[in-house]
Amino acid sequence: MMRSTILAATLLAATAMATAAKADPDNFTEVQRGRYLATAGDCMGCHIGPDGKSLAGGNLLETPFGKISVPNITPDNETGIGHWSAQDFYEAMHEGKRPGGTHLYPAFPYTAFTKMPRADTDAIYAYLRAQEGVTNRVDRDTLPFPFNIRLLMAGWNWLNFTPGAFRPDPQKSAAYNRGAYLVEGPAHCGLCHTPRNFMGGDKDGEHLQGGALQGWFAPSITANKRLGIGAWSEAEIVDYLRSGHTERGAASGPMGEVVAYSTSRMTGEDLRAIATYLRERGAAGAAAPQPVAAGDARMQAGAAIYEDSCAACHTRDGSGVAGMFPRLADNQLVQQPDPAGILHVVLQGSQSVPTPQAVTAPAMPSLRWRLTDQQVADVATFIRNSWGNAAAAVTTDQVKAMREATAGIAMPQRH
Amino acid sequence: MSRLPKKDVVIVGLGWTGSIMAHELAMAGLDVVAIERGPWRDTAADYNIGTAPDELRYAVRQDIFLRPAQDTQTARNSPDQMALPIRKYGSYLPGNGVGGAGVHWNGHTWRFFPSDFRLRSHYVERYGAGIIPEDCTVQDWPVSYDELEPHYDFFEKVNGTSGKAGNLKGAIQPGGNPFEGWRSDEYPTRPLSPNLAQTMFQKAATDLGMHPFPLPSGNISEAYTNPYGVRLAPCTYCGFCEWFGCANYSKASPLTCVMPALVRQPNFEARTLCEVTRVNTTPDGKMATGVTYVDADGREWEQPADLVLLCAYALFNVRLLMVSKIGAQYDPASNTGTLGRNYAYQTNAGSVGYFSKDTNFNSFAGAGSLGMMADDYNGDNFDHTGLSFIGGANINCTTTNARPIRTHPTQPGAPKWGSAWKRSMVDTVNHYQSVGTQGSSMAYRDCYLDLDPTYTDRLGRPLMRMTFDFKENDLKMSRHVVDKTAEIVRAMGAEKVTTSYKKGPWSVVPYQTTHNTGGAVMSSTPRDGVVNRYTQHWDVPNLFVAGACLFPQNAGYNPTGTVGALTYWALEAIKNHYLKNPGEALVQA
Repeated sequence: MMRSTILAATLLAATAMATAAKADPDNFTEVQRGRYLATAGDCMGCHIGPDGKSLAGGNLLETPFGKISVPNITPDNETGIGHWSAQDFYEAMHEGKRPGGTHLYPAFPYTAFTKMPRADTDAIYAYLRAQEGVTNRVDRDTLPFPFNIRLLMAGWNWLNFTPGAFRPDPQKSAAYNRGAYLVEGPAHCGLCHTPRNFMGGDKDGEHLQGGALQGWFAPSITANKRLGIGAWSEAEIVDYLRSGHTERGAASGPMGEVVAYSTSRMTGEDLRAIATYLRERGAAGAAAPQPVAAGDARMQAGAAIYEDSCAACHTRDGSGVAGMFPRLADNQLVQQPDPAGILHVVLQGSQSVPTPQAVTAPAMPSLRWRLTDQQVADVATFIRNSWGNAAAAVTTDQVKAMREATAGIAMPQRH
Repeated sequence: MSRLPKKDVVIVGLGWTGSIMAHELAMAGLDVVAIERGPWRDTAADYNIGTAPDELRYAVRQDIFLRPAQDTQTARNSPDQMALPIRKYGSYLPGNGVGGAGVHWNGHTWRFFPSDFRLRSHYVERYGAGIIPEDCTVQDWPVSYDELEPHYDFFEKVNGTSGKAGNLKGAIQPGGNPFEGWRSDEYPTRPLSPNLAQTMFQKAATDLGMHPFPLPSGNISEAYTNPYGVRLAPCTYCGFCEWFGCANYSKASPLTCVMPALVRQPNFEARTLCEVTRVNTTPDGKMATGVTYVDADGREWEQPADLVLLCAYALFNVRLLMVSKIGAQYDPASNTGTLGRNYAYQTNAGSVGYFSKDTNFNSFAGAGSLGMMADDYNGDNFDHTGLSFIGGANINCTTTNARPIRTHPTQPGAPKWGSAWKRSMVDTVNHYQSVGTQGSSMAYRDCYLDLDPTYTDRLGRPLMRMTFDFKENDLKMSRHVVDKTAEIVRAMGAEKVTTSYKKGPWSVVPYQTTHNTGGAVMSSTPRDGVVNRYTQHWDVPNLFVAGACLFPQNAGYNPTGTVGALTYWALEAIKNHYLKNPGEALVQA
């Protein structure tokens, strides 16, 4: 009698647990798979909460249309997605719609996530459900008129978005197809690395050829040798994504966050798959322009500034120090048509991302206070056109615009 | 006072020894907290290349050093004097903040000679007991060079030390120091590139029969990744090294070599701007229970821990033991007690050569450890018969900097001001070079540390009192070696040479060196020191002490290499022996 009472009590407790439990112990593998996909999708990059560890949202994303606040995707009933079903989650991922049919903004990359099969979104859903709910109410209406009218997104979707599925290329290797799925689906690389049209949609025919964002320029990641990753070996791409550092340079800025939260935590097999896809999917991009002549006055002024302010770390011949100070010779980032990356780093400074494989995270100081717009333009022009590099000269207007865009906190932050 | 949850390990001070202890013990799985009285520091944020080379801020205003208002010492030359507080640090400059003095050091990374570790026995055996001066309290170390060798080696690998081996497993190597103790391995990175002065010194010293070799340097010559996965970049010879944090990730320091790996460990925590005020013990005084500290807001906290590691600067470890009433205070009159005994320093002097105008040294391109050395008159590398002193000094030709504010050399006899002074400075600035000596400092019965009877710090604790002077033995030693520097400078082709001998009394005003040693000496019996050969306190087995306060006397070298080796030596004992029998003495008294 006593025994059966205990048994009954245990059963009752187990039932109660099952109802309250965030993760069914039986779906451990599903939750783990979801955790990995959420990592590959870098959910944390945008949805990181004020506590620095949950997905409770609250960040304001800068977009050309205004600031978009990032929602709370913890399973909190009041302020998160506690009431969402797996079907609701799938529709958000696949079609960019919230439960009830209101439209999400494509800052949430459903344009890429639409390629994810239901099984994968269900796994992420299971993972999200297994997390602690965090109460964090996020103001969802931060965009200015008219962009605050979510119904407009129906028209946007009609012009810029087709719900779809990932279709593997049977002519290609399994690694290529896995890489293609990751790059075009969960990892949504194109959100930054593809240029935007005036509506913020992908520019037709320029997929992964580099795009401007938040005062940076996400470089081309096509197989173009001058502008993209065409000259990178598979090992270099894997190293970069895993450790944030290679002999060529280091991840910083928004890509530093991607490495920290996402790629450094992915499997070597998946990173190799990404490298395979990027290296094999083809090159695109403009041919190299004629470099600015070394005798040009801007180049000569730039050379002197380089010698004074840059050469100690990046070395006179632009070769840098492997794993520490980026190599500027044959550097893709500095030769992008849009010089935002180099200007951002010179004006605001930057710090590479520390990872378990490369714990040292060297910093580039902000030179904003000691270089004029003309000097920044000249040194950038010099770097973009020396040691075999070739790219358009930088104008003082471009420097001025970047100075304004990056005004505020200089990196690294303490002096 | 609030009592905090207990930790496995509490570490006082987060410099070289504290960061190494913290990293190794956290890797061993222990829950570690380090308490540091200075601020948090990080290369990227605090030693940004855009702002780091600031002579006014760092060298003149001493930005990263401890302020006397926070803690200072009283000083005197002999026990019959009244000690007065040091109100502006001068003779030595204690570090402050994460990285400690390891941030601002020059990077000279030495191993002491095998004979240094059995100093008294060595001299008595070779020259007879009469060579040891009266009241000289030098003693053998309780650990041998052979025991420390693997730990020297590992510390150098953590640092990425640049140098050239002179003795690889007993085989003398050309280009290295033939007098050094045997090394199990070559230096991790090649020596720095010598400049004109070092090349001239090398030739002159060789011509005089000496054996010059490049200074083992914590300024790294080439890109390097250390065993903790931390990366260093090549030195740029910027000349902003000693008294500065390195912005180029080129100087081995706790910030560049340990902290990037340490901060990733989830079982490590640092509390900065928190000053430990005492080590707490059980009522019978036989075990440490943790520490008490005061935070930046003046709140007092008790941090209990199973293991307490004193990793502050030498002087502050000794004082912490004194104010915590752990161990018996040394008294020179009765010659009783051990705490504060055998305080020693360093005996430095040298010569300056003035060269012709076509000899351009370009000393602005320098590095803290850019130097050529000769050890022919260091340790017992030369016959002391008839010299009536013990010890020796290294001879160094270094180029650390020619920073604009404080570099104003003039010809001997030039006026001290006015246009003639300026002209002389212009005539001299690129054409002079010094050759120095860094000499041993022996221990004496009346050179010691204790608590001052009069002066207290901001928290009401007595200041520590330093009683020290240069003694005849060390002055004679220094004079002997300084004479050699004059010969070398002449052989280098100097047109004029000035020689300055070390003179007493010791003064707290001019900068001399931050190599304060002893006071919590390691010893083979409790009679002669504060801690045993594993740096474990003789009376309190869960209390370990690190740093140069362990040295029974100081050698003719910078202390950091030996401090690092002793730290890994202690760690080996803690990890492999102590933690298996916590609370047990590793050496029976």
